[in-house]
Amino acid sequence: MTIFLSLTFAGLALGAVYFLAASGLSLIYGLMDILNFAHGMFMTLGAYAGWDLATHLPASTPSAVTFALEVLAAVAGGALAALLTEVVFIRPLYGKPLSQVLVTIGLDLAVVALLLGGFGANSLSLPVPLWFLEATHVGSVLLPNADFVALVGGVVVLVALEWFLRRTRFGIVIRAGVENREMVSALGVDVGRAFTLVFVIGGAMAGLAGLLYTAVFTGDLLSPLQGDGLLIFAFIVVVIGGLGSIRGSAVAAVVVGLLQDYANYYGGQHAGFSEIGNLSTVLLLALVLEIRPRGLFGRAT
Amino acid sequence: MRVPRLGLTVGAALVVVAALLPYLGLHIPAVLPGTLDTLDSAGNLSILAVCFVFGAVALGYDVLFGYTGLLSLGVVLHFAAGVYVFDIALTDWHWSLGAALAVTAAVGLALALVVGAVSLRVTGIAFTMVTLAFAQAFYFLIQDNPHGLTGGQDGLALSTTRLPSILSGAVSNTRSLYWLALAFLVVAGALVWVFIESSVGHVLVAVRDNEARAEVLGLRPFGFKLAAYTLSSLVATGAGVVYLLLIGTAVPDAVATTTLTLAIVVMVMLGGAASRGGAVTGGILYWYLESLLVKVSGQPSFATLPAVVRVPLSQPQFLLGAIFILFVFFVPGGLAGLVARLRARRAGGRLGPGVPVGAASIVARLVPTRSDKEAP
Repeated sequence: MTIFLSLTFAGLALGAVYFLAASGLSLIYGLMDILNFAHGMFMTLGAYAGWDLATHLPASTPSAVTFALEVLAAVAGGALAALLTEVVFIRPLYGKPLSQVLVTIGLDLAVVALLLGGFGANSLSLPVPLWFLEATHVGSVLLPNADFVALVGGVVVLVALEWFLRRTRFGIVIRAGVENREMVSALGVDVGRAFTLVFVIGGAMAGLAGLLYTAVFTGDLLSPLQGDGLLIFAFIVVVIGGLGSIRGSAVAAVVVGLLQDYANYYGGQHAGFSEIGNLSTVLLLALVLEIRPRGLFGRAT
Repeated sequence: MRVPRLGLTVGAALVVVAALLPYLGLHIPAVLPGTLDTLDSAGNLSILAVCFVFGAVALGYDVLFGYTGLLSLGVVLHFAAGVYVFDIALTDWHWSLGAALAVTAAVGLALALVVGAVSLRVTGIAFTMVTLAFAQAFYFLIQDNPHGLTGGQDGLALSTTRLPSILSGAVSNTRSLYWLALAFLVVAGALVWVFIESSVGHVLVAVRDNEARAEVLGLRPFGFKLAAYTLSSLVATGAGVVYLLLIGTAVPDAVATTTLTLAIVVMVMLGGAASRGGAVTGGILYWYLESLLVKVSGQPSFATLPAVVRVPLSQPQFLLGAIFILFVFFVPGGLAGLVARLRARRAGGRLGPGVPVGAASIVARLVPTRSDKEAP
């Protein structure tokens, strides 16, 4: 039971990172019909931005402050990368969704290769507070502190995003645009600004996802390829949750995170099943598509 | 459709030239991807052979992407299946060549039908994501080394004991392997040609251009799409077999990654989607350029360049990604579209039907419900 509880907790933490990665993708797709491959690049760039800032801080900086600044740098880095991507590469191709998808593919290939050339495949380590590596007793269960960080990050963003989408003018425009873009344009709302905005929001969340993933799940090692690895699971989460649905992404992220963690622990102990956790998420995807092709919360077309 | 006749003639001439290359001891400095500057050196021939393999993969992929309008990102699943099933049958199970080929074909066909049928339950971008997920699942599976069959991360070197000596991958056999790759490309080309020119191919284009209209005519798109998916996948599986014979080892990070999938998309877009000659050219050109760039960046003089120039140039994926972006912006029909436009300008006419126009023509059905803003 103890093991089950700590597995559940770790699965929720993983789900939180998946949610951060997937919700931006889902919004961008919902509003703009773009499958954004550059999202993996946003995550990677966020993590590297956090690392870069940390290297410029004086050695005497308290580790908690360092981490807080890393988070800010990751959010800013992801948002900036997304802003540039949208303005420079996506905007000139409005009305050509396939070309937009292809451009994000090219960008992702190019930038990841550049990072590989500049930093190597797996050589940098992100400074995190020692507290992350410890664990806290909750009742009889020992829970890793790092998992708390990921979970808190995910929940805070979910609440903030829901508030933004339901209570602010821009948020309402975005939601309306996801429902019916033509109608929103016809009402005289400048949808182009909403496009840029969802990209920036998505990029900020992706940057945070990249940093938290590095701090919590990779043993603090940075890799230029980590964003693309996460992106696959973000895609799976988005399709299971239903394209364009934030709540769908949140639910699917938790389901996928838990499933992966349970399967990894209970199945991965057997020889030749070390990847069963990853495999199980794809099987779940196939199953959901068989039963409900538009995903759990997808709107009828 | 009057273009094919000229295309066929040019294609046949190029195949003859390619087949004779191993006899031409041409000395070409600087632009050859192998370590030696002679065209018939083993290094150059084997790189060219791999170029042919990817020419075939790109051609098969274009059946799905260009002609059917489905952006699948699962193509490496079928390529890697060819590599691994063939390798496992020969190396782990010590089967004969014929039995290994038979089981590879059977598994390749079954995979194509099952993955295709499941993925085609969704359309548009969801199809893209699902195929990507399946390909990634296969990558995880071979990483896992189930029952010690695949060798996991380290890969599985091909055992050549059951192969006829002519295919055994020794340097002296490079020529025969080169011809094998060329022959495979020709066969794949013929298959794709017949398929696209058949009534099935015409239905596919009709479905691509207006699925609702095709359905009103009483055609069920699913079966036709599945046929395209299957052909495309089988070409990739066959290419995997030839690739394994050429390279002699199966490594997950070389044959089953998303990066390779994206590279195949880039190949087709560089050459020109919905254009058979374009796709083949794109595949060959991509692999040639990548090999050449790897060679150039490994030369000692290269290390003396300042980092700002050296780092980007040392990464072929960076350059190819950048070229790809430029193509999407400025040459959306790829090389084939460029050629067609030049030819049309010389003839004083405008683009007729059947001329590849690449991405622009396939936008509409990727997002069929929102066609209000599409490019003409």
